[in-house]
Amino acid sequence: MSLDLHTAAPPGGGGDPARPARAAHRRPASLTRLDLKYSPYLYVLPFFAIFAVFSAYPIGYTIWIALTDRSPLNATISFVGLDNFVELLTEDPQFWNAVVNTFGMFLLSTVPQLLLALVLANALNRKLRAQTFFRMAIAMPIITSTAVVALIFSMLYAKEFGLVNWLLDLVGLGPIDWRANRLASWFAISTMVDWRWVGYNALIYLAAMQSISKDMYEAAALDGASRRRQFWSITIPQLRPTIIFTLIVSTIGGLQLFTEPLLFTSGSGGISGGSEGQFQTITMYLLDVMNTRFRWGYAGAVALVLFLLIALVSLVNYLLARRISSDK
Amino acid sequence: MSVPIRRRRLAAIALASVAVIATASACGDDSSETSSGDGPVTLIVDVFGDQGFGYDELYKQYEAEHPNVKIQERGKGLGLGDYNTRLTQQITAGSGAGDVVALEEGTIVQFYAQSDKFVNLADHGANDLKANFLPWKWEQGTTPDGKVLGLGTDVGSMALCYRSDLFKAAGLPTDREQVATLWPTWDEFIATGQKFAAADKKHKFVDSATNFYNVVLMQIAGSGTGYTYYDKSNKLVVGENADVRTAYDLTTKMISAGLSNNLQSFSNEWNAGFKNGTFATIACPAWMTGVIKGQAGDAAAGKWDVAKAPGNGGNWGGSFLGVPKSSKHAKEAAELAKFLTSAKGQTEAFKKVGNLPSSPQALTDPAVADSVNEYFSKAPVGKIFAAGATDLKPVYLGPKNNAVRTAVENTLRAVEQGKSAGEQWQSALKNGAAAGK
Repeated sequence: MSLDLHTAAPPGGGGDPARPARAAHRRPASLTRLDLKYSPYLYVLPFFAIFAVFSAYPIGYTIWIALTDRSPLNATISFVGLDNFVELLTEDPQFWNAVVNTFGMFLLSTVPQLLLALVLANALNRKLRAQTFFRMAIAMPIITSTAVVALIFSMLYAKEFGLVNWLLDLVGLGPIDWRANRLASWFAISTMVDWRWVGYNALIYLAAMQSISKDMYEAAALDGASRRRQFWSITIPQLRPTIIFTLIVSTIGGLQLFTEPLLFTSGSGGISGGSEGQFQTITMYLLDVMNTRFRWGYAGAVALVLFLLIALVSLVNYLLARRISSDK
Repeated sequence: MSVPIRRRRLAAIALASVAVIATASACGDDSSETSSGDGPVTLIVDVFGDQGFGYDELYKQYEAEHPNVKIQERGKGLGLGDYNTRLTQQITAGSGAGDVVALEEGTIVQFYAQSDKFVNLADHGANDLKANFLPWKWEQGTTPDGKVLGLGTDVGSMALCYRSDLFKAAGLPTDREQVATLWPTWDEFIATGQKFAAADKKHKFVDSATNFYNVVLMQIAGSGTGYTYYDKSNKLVVGENADVRTAYDLTTKMISAGLSNNLQSFSNEWNAGFKNGTFATIACPAWMTGVIKGQAGDAAAGKWDVAKAPGNGGNWGGSFLGVPKSSKHAKEAAELAKFLTSAKGQTEAFKKVGNLPSSPQALTDPAVADSVNEYFSKAPVGKIFAAGATDLKPVYLGPKNNAVRTAVENTLRAVEQGKSAGEQWQSALKNGAAAGK
C-alpha cells in the first residue's frame, strides 16, 4: 500500500530540480522494502523475547541442570550424564510413590469433576428462574484463592473437631484420620480440587452447549427422543472438542497438583505429604528434593520426567476423547 | 508518503526501547558502589519464626544512635523451613538476601559450604568479640577453616514447660521444684505421664512425638557422641549412632503409653492445641517459651510453669546473624550484627521473646539471671535455663540435617497414627538415607 503512495508521489515539475528529489526518495524506497519485510517480525518480537526469557531459557536450563549434580552445597558442578534419570526411574521408591499418588488423585478428582460439570451445565442450559444467579454462583469457587480453600477444607477434615468427622459421628460411623489413611487423604484432597474446578468446567460446557443449534433438539424431540437420549446423542457429540479441551487442561492441572495437598497439612514437614508420603504428589516431591535436600540437578530430572508424563497422558486422553463420540 | 516514515519512526522507537530495556537490565545490578559512609543506608534484617527475634526496640535504639541508618525487618511469621529454602536460593543466586540474615543452628552447617558467599565477620573485628560468646556457640558460627560466618544470638537450652492447673487436677505436685523431682530421667517422665493419663482422660500429657524426640535426641547426643544423623566427617550415621536409636525408642515408648496428643509441631492443629489447652507438658528449649506465650495467649497466663527437664542439660536450636556478600552495605551490616548480638542486645531479646542469650556476660546479667517470667507463673526462667547453658557440649549437625530430621520425624508421626514402631524405624533408616543423599 505504501508503494502505491510512492508511485503517486513523484513531483510533476521534471527537469533538474526533480533529480535530487528522486534520489532522496530512492533510499526510503529500499528502506520501505526492508520495513515491509522485517517489521512484522519486530511486532511479534516482544512475545518471543518474553517467551525466550521466561520459558525457553528455563526449559533449556532445566535440561542442562538435570544432567549435572548441581547443588548449593557443592562448590563445583559436575556433569553426570543420565545418572539422575537412571536413579529416579530405577531406585527411587519415593518418586514412584508420588507418581501413584498423583495419578490416584488425578483419577479420583478429574472423572467426577468433569461428569459433574457436564450434568451441572446441562441443568443450567435449561430455562431456569434466576439463571444468571446460578450461572454466576457456580463460578464463585474459581475466584477464591486455592490457599483459602485448602485451609478451610483442611479444617473440615481435621481429625478432632473437624466437621466431616463430626457428621460421620452423627450417622454412627467412627472418625477417620484423614491424613493417616492414603485413600481417605486422596478423597479429601479430590473434594477440594473438585469444589474449585467443577464450576469452571461447567461454565465452559455451558458456553459450548449454547452454541449447539436448537433445531437438532427440536428434530430429536419430534422423533420422540427423551431428554436423556438428547443429552447423550446430541449434546455429548457436539461437545467433543470442548471435552477434549477440558480433559487436557484438567490433565495438566491434575498432574501438577500441589497447593491442595501441600496445605492439607500445616507445620513442619508439610512438603512430605503425610507421615508416609500418603499424598505427596510429583510436584511436591520435586520441591522436597530441591528445597530440603538441595539436589537441584536431581530435581531437574524430576521436572523433565513430569513433563514427559503429562505429554503422554494428554496424548492418551486425546485419543480416548476422539473415540467418545460417534462420527457415524 | 508520510506513512512509511511514520512506520520507520515507530520501528526505530521500538528498537530503541528494546535496546534501552536491555541495557537498563544489564547494568541494574552493579549500579551501586560499595558502601560509602555518609548517605542514608537502609539495612534489611531477615529473621524467621512466629515471634521474630524481639529486636524492635533495638532497631529503634540503633537508628537513634546512627542517624544515617534505617532498619527494615522481614520474615516474622515465616517458618524455619520456608525461610531457609528462600535464604539458600538467595545466597546461591547472590542477590535478594537481607543485609543481616539469621542462620539457624540446624542449617548453618549447610552454609559452611557456601562460606565464600558470606562476609567473613573476622574482617570487621569479630575476633575481638570472641569472649562475648559461649565457646561452643562461637565454634558453631565459625567454618572449619576459621571464617566467622555468624555471630551467636541465642541458645536453646532445655527445660520442661507444664500446665500446673492440669497437674493439680490430676493430683500431681504443682511446685516446680517438686515437679522436677518427678522426672530425673525420661523413663520416669513417661511413668509420670502414665499417672497423669490415669487421672485425666481428657488431656494428653505431651504435645507431639516429634517435639519430645528432638529434645531427647539433642540432650542424649549432647552428653553422648556429640553428633546426631551425621558424624563429624559428614558421614550419614542414622543407623550407626546409638544415640539416635535411644531417643527414637524412648519416643515410641512414650507414644505407645498413649501420652502423645499427636499434633504435628508448628501446625495449625498444634497452635490450636495451645489455645484449647489439650496437652499438659511440652519439651521446652528457651525459645519455646515465646512460642507458648504467643500461641496460648493471655487466657492461659499463669497456667503454665517451667521445671527442669529430665536428664541433664542439652540444647536445641538457637541462631546466628551473618552478613551475605551480596549486601551493598557490608560494613554497616556487620556493625548492626555486632550490635544485635552484643550482650546488651541479647538481654533485650531475652526480655522480649525469651530467647536465652549465648553471651556469658548476658547470662550472668541480673536482667537475665534473676529474671522471672510473669506469664509462666513467675518462674525464675533465667536461673532454670541458664543453669545448663554455660557447660553445654555442642551437638554437631550435618549439612542436610533438616532433610534427614524431617524424614525421621515423619516416621514418628506414622507411629502416632498407629503404625508399627519397628517397621517405622526401618523406614526412618531408609528415608533418612534418601534424604541425606
